[in-house]
Amino acid sequence: MSNKNINIALIGNPNVGKTSVFNQLTGLNQQVGNYPGITVEKKIGFCKLPNNIKANVLDLPGTYSLNASSIDENVVIELLLNKNDKLYPDVALVVTDVENLKRNLLLFTQIKDLEIPTILVINMADRMKHKGISLNISYLEEQLKTKIALVSSRKGLGIEDLKNLIVNYKTLSCEPCLNASSIDSIYFDNLRKAFPNQLLYKLWLVITQDVNFLNLDRNEIRSSFTKSHSDLKRLQQKETIKRYQFINDILKEGLTIDTSIAKDFRSKLDRVLTHKIWGYVIFFMILFVIFQSIFDWSSVPMDFIDGTFASLSSLASESLPPGVLTNLISQGIIPGIGGILIFIPQIAFLFLFISILEESGYMSRVVFLMDKIMSKFGLSGKSVVPLISGTACAIPAIMATRNIENWKERLITILVTPFTTCSARLPVYAIIIALVIPDTHVFGILNLQGLTLMLLYLLGFGMALLSAYMLNKIVKIKGKTFFIIEMPNYKLPLFKNVAINVLEKTKAFVYGAGKIILAISIILWFLGSYGPGKNFNNAEAILSSKTENNTLSQAELENKIAAYKLEHSYIGIMGKSIEPAISPLGYDWKIGIAIISSFAAREVFVGTLATIYSVGGNGNEDTIKNKMGAEINPISGHKIFNFASGISLLLFYAFALQCASTIAITKKETNSWKWPLGQFIFMSGLAYTVALIAYQILK
Amino acid sequence: MRTTINSLKIGQKAIIKDFDIDVIPLKLLEMGCLPGNRVELLQIAPFGDPLYLDVNGSHLAIRIETAREIEVEFIKNNL
Repeated sequence: MSNKNINIALIGNPNVGKTSVFNQLTGLNQQVGNYPGITVEKKIGFCKLPNNIKANVLDLPGTYSLNASSIDENVVIELLLNKNDKLYPDVALVVTDVENLKRNLLLFTQIKDLEIPTILVINMADRMKHKGISLNISYLEEQLKTKIALVSSRKGLGIEDLKNLIVNYKTLSCEPCLNASSIDSIYFDNLRKAFPNQLLYKLWLVITQDVNFLNLDRNEIRSSFTKSHSDLKRLQQKETIKRYQFINDILKEGLTIDTSIAKDFRSKLDRVLTHKIWGYVIFFMILFVIFQSIFDWSSVPMDFIDGTFASLSSLASESLPPGVLTNLISQGIIPGIGGILIFIPQIAFLFLFISILEESGYMSRVVFLMDKIMSKFGLSGKSVVPLISGTACAIPAIMATRNIENWKERLITILVTPFTTCSARLPVYAIIIALVIPDTHVFGILNLQGLTLMLLYLLGFGMALLSAYMLNKIVKIKGKTFFIIEMPNYKLPLFKNVAINVLEKTKAFVYGAGKIILAISIILWFLGSYGPGKNFNNAEAILSSKTENNTLSQAELENKIAAYKLEHSYIGIMGKSIEPAISPLGYDWKIGIAIISSFAAREVFVGTLATIYSVGGNGNEDTIKNKMGAEINPISGHKIFNFASGISLLLFYAFALQCASTIAITKKETNSWKWPLGQFIFMSGLAYTVALIAYQILK
Repeated sequence: MRTTINSLKIGQKAIIKDFDIDVIPLKLLEMGCLPGNRVELLQIAPFGDPLYLDVNGSHLAIRIETAREIEVEFIKNNL
């Protein structure tokens, strides 16, 4: 293979179906990673083109223009300015929506100024007839100095034609389609004379943007061509007007809309979905359905996974030769993996609902509906998106705050988002609710366990809002409150897009969390199976010699020995040492171990208990749930997981910030240790206090 | 008196005249909010804020405090 793969970059405004085009070109041949040093998602796919040509397709973050206002948008500019980047595109595909062509072409004209071979992809072409739109393609191609591909990524139309255009990318014109420098000829002439070897538009971007551009000495350009901030902005406005004039002129010829055909489905739906009463009723009904169904629908596959791993574990211990390695596999690794995989159903359902809400365009209506209310709490309407997607995971949720324009609103959103009930809390809630809340129905239809879960979600949201309200009073940051949100057209979510999204997110969760959980499970197994000193090593002798044990059967004695060993193992000693701090909350030292280990990640809780109980528990109980339910406090004789300690644990997990990744992302996004540390101390202190009060009242 | 976007009624159309460039974010300009372009108020959120607009064919929502900065001229409905 002497031919190198060609690089394709997909560029476009948000909501133009760019990701659908990407999915059409690449199918499931995708890799999702991060750009080095920053947590912007980097999606690369592979695509086979005619004539045996292969291509790498890069799906760049959506952006309205090349004037970046967030680090996601910065990624686009940095790539397009850096010819040495190994993903620098041989050809750029600017994806546009036929119904928003005017606005979408602004970005196109900027890309053309970078003199990259560019294809204009006009998406959603299947809607043209319905909307009464007709295009003069040859006129537009001539004026825009490009080739146009009319596609419908929803219906898979025009993709082959697009591939043929890509193959012939060398014949594309690299000329700009308008002369933007005429907005201030003297200034730009001087700029051109000073740096004759550089592209004028690149220089202009370097002057106006905060980008790292390797080949140019930015300070040199800036010092001799500096202008005041407001002068630069005035020039940028002139540039924008100039570009729109050009676009308006050519669309007058190239695009006609027969308005009598267009039906106004959107405004009718808008009227209902943003109605002052119905809008909220519908929103809360959707939330209610999501949370009820997650608990109900996931329980069957979750029980199945739980049971499967329990029998796998006993199968391994029976069929493998006895020894340390077998113990590690059957008691450490298999329960550990089971503890990860059991979350898959609930996480997949959550990501499914969230991506449907995003894909359909409904999320923007929620933002519109909630902005005024959220602003009372120092948040933005856009904070709704992080708060809702925080129910899946706080990490992407905190990244989703990047489109909040105002820094104070954004900071408060970042700080309170970890209160929302993320999917890692779900398994903890699920197992404790199953143990301490009766499985009955109230008012005939509502499942009491489902209702408890919903209350915990509401508690998370409530605490997020309350903390936001307090932070809004405390944090003193001044800034203009800009708020702009695009209200996209309603779309029926595409099965393929939703499915790929759910698959990617679930995979990332399983691999990311899986590594931590597996490692911790193995360490825990080791700490639980070995111990220092006489008490651990001579457990059999010590217990057998006691006269009160003579009446016990062989099996009962073995259980007692195992429990004694666990208590004197390394982990037992660690747990015992923190017991004074947690026993007022109703926890024993085994739960203490689970809490300590889940400060790395909450979801470790269930796996830890599974590992501890399979090391020390009696062998008759099979699933994690049954093992936990059978635990008895040796002093009081009550169940360890009773109503009071269960509620106390639920509240502790609702509020404590037990997630190393959240702390890391808060550090990254706020660029300081002050905020994540404050967040950690506040949340964990609150968790301890509330759990303590709850247990003391209920016990 | 200065007429600004927030004084439009639902369904009313106007032409954008002028605004102070320093208080309007660039992003709004890029979405088509420029002098000479047409704006229509489509919806007002419950509690009176934000405003849902059609600016030059783009559908977007902005807060009243921003809308107050953008001067417009009504288009007479019965031309």
